[in-house]
Amino acid sequence: MDGTTLTRFIRLNHQTNGVILNSEQVIEVRGLTKKFGSLTAVNNLDLNVYRGDVFGFLGPNGAGKSTTIRMLLSLIKPTSGEMKIFGKSITKDRKEIFSKIGAIVEKPDFYLYLSAYKNLEILGKLSGADTSKKKIMSMLELVGLEKRYKSKVKTYSHGMKQRLGLAQALLHDPELIILDEPTTGLDPQGMKEIRDLIIYLSREKGKTIFLSSHILHEVELIATRMIIISKGTAQVEGTVEELLKSEKVVVTFEVDKIEEAMKTVNESKWKENFKSTSKSEINFELTKNEIALLNKYLIEKGILVSAVVPVRSLEDYFLRITEGGTK
Amino acid sequence: MITLIWLELQKMFRKWRTYIGFIAIGFLAIVVQVALYFTGAKMIDFQMRGIEQSFVMVGNLFNGYFIARFILMALIIHIPFLIVIVGGDLLSGEATAGTYRMLLTRPASRFQVVTAKFIAGWISVLLLLVWLMFLSLIVSLLLFGSGPLLSFQGMKLVIIAQNDILWRFLCAYLFALISMSTVISISIFFSSFVQNAIGPIAATMAVIIIFLILSAIPIDFFQTIKPYLFTNHMSQWDGFFSDPVDYGEIFHSMWYLLAHIVVIYGITTYIFIKKDILS
Ligand SMILES: Nc1ncnc2c1ncn2[C@@H]1O[C@H](COP(=O)(O)OP(=O)(O)OP(=O)(O)O)[C@@H](O)[C@H]1O
Ligand SMILES: [Mg+2]
Repeated sequence: MDGTTLTRFIRLNHQTNGVILNSEQVIEVRGLTKKFGSLTAVNNLDLNVYRGDVFGFLGPNGAGKSTTIRMLLSLIKPTSGEMKIFGKSITKDRKEIFSKIGAIVEKPDFYLYLSAYKNLEILGKLSGADTSKKKIMSMLELVGLEKRYKSKVKTYSHGMKQRLGLAQALLHDPELIILDEPTTGLDPQGMKEIRDLIIYLSREKGKTIFLSSHILHEVELIATRMIIISKGTAQVEGTVEELLKSEKVVVTFEVDKIEEAMKTVNESKWKENFKSTSKSEINFELTKNEIALLNKYLIEKGILVSAVVPVRSLEDYFLRITEGGTK
Repeated sequence: MITLIWLELQKMFRKWRTYIGFIAIGFLAIVVQVALYFTGAKMIDFQMRGIEQSFVMVGNLFNGYFIARFILMALIIHIPFLIVIVGGDLLSGEATAGTYRMLLTRPASRFQVVTAKFIAGWISVLLLLVWLMFLSLIVSLLLFGSGPLLSFQGMKLVIIAQNDILWRFLCAYLFALISMSTVISISIFFSSFVQNAIGPIAATMAVIIIFLILSAIPIDFFQTIKPYLFTNHMSQWDGFFSDPVDYGEIFHSMWYLLAHIVVIYGITTYIFIKKDILS
């Protein structure tokens, strides 16, 4: 199994697990709105995150992701709306709720004049974590900073701070992990490590993860469910599969007899789905079901299909949804 | 809560700026003592001219107590400058660093966080004054020896017996603690609004300086408001060196300053709890 297959394998499995676990609602948000003066940063947002979810919170820059996370974490007050975490009110049951949350909000900032170790010790103590040397060092090892644990955070690169951010979010073994764009500033290797870590936390440790991102690919790889927001408003919500089910995908069919194939297509109802053609390939815009049907049709007509390659369309979908502003 | 205060103190004392006050006081106290050690005896001779003829003086008047009071008097006006360096950074420092996002997404409530900050601030004042007391009182007593304290009350000269002095110093320092806690509280108050430490430092000093100037202007109006300015009550520590001590006045000033601290703390906490953290 190569890397992607493994990821997909994990994801599929997770989803089956997800169905079993999807009962308790961890985050429940109704009609959340935040206005900065005349600007509405978050508009009437509803969120439902269930135990065991890796919930993708997707939106372009300025969509209101960080603003929403700040409200969830009580850093700013909503203009209106209701929020419950673990079924409780974040103002009334603050202590109980916040000892079970680990979070990164926007860029990772630390006490620059303190070492990574000391930062973790202080933040861990605030959350009631085990701050023994062993525990802190193991956390630093997990994020690959154990060699630099004595260095002041001042001397850290952005990527290293991002890793330390993850460490502080995980130190007290929280049930809910809220991560605001945790992979910005990381190299591809680091991004992959974090993705794998999130999958591990979700699958092996049963954590609930709320992951904001503007990179669709990232969310798609690891999220079980997601919501796409734009200009503060939710556009669509569901599993990646659900979102794509009714969506047309551009699919490339590799065929042996291109001219004959084109003729066959032009004589059938598939003509409507035709997009373009090149040497030995024909591109169609199809839903998932139609892919199979067209494949069958071509083979029946004696045309050999050597490959059916879906062109990445989720990206287009994302762009269309977020730019259009409405569904 | 204890953990919170302890963590605040750790953060505070790992910052270089926290030591500026200690270094400045250490430097000044020692320079003054060395200078007095070599030249000071003349000063007291000058003050005592004429008196020596009328009284038979017993003991050494140029002693540790005299020096300690001299240093306290010389430095106390400037200690606010050193205190606000720490106080002005207490809340704004977290905003500058962006660490509010880490600090305020923990189980501790904002009320607890800001209270811990205030307490840590007051403790830093206490430590600074203990340091000053150590350097001025203990070191002076070792250097210059003990003796009765010579004190001028206006035109009147009071000599306080050697065994009647120590408690006055302790009370004076306790009073100074209240005065300086008022100062640091004001700087923490200003510190809750902004993202840098310079603003609150300047604002607090501006308030103190303006109040001092106002009380010094010999116009009726200003003289009427003078008793209401907290700065006017900050120097009451010296009242403990009168004989007899005017407790009425001292307690009045003390309550006045304490009320300032409570009100400032209350307002800051209220604002801080309501505030949107956008840094
Ligand atoms: N303090 C503020 N004052 C005024 N407007 C603000 C403030 N903070 C955020 N906004 C506005 O709210 C909107 C949402 O911002 P937010 O930071 O939540 O976006 P985001 O989805 O996190 O974007 P990014 O992907 O860039 O992090 C933006 O239009 C932004 O300009
Ligand atoms: Mg953001």
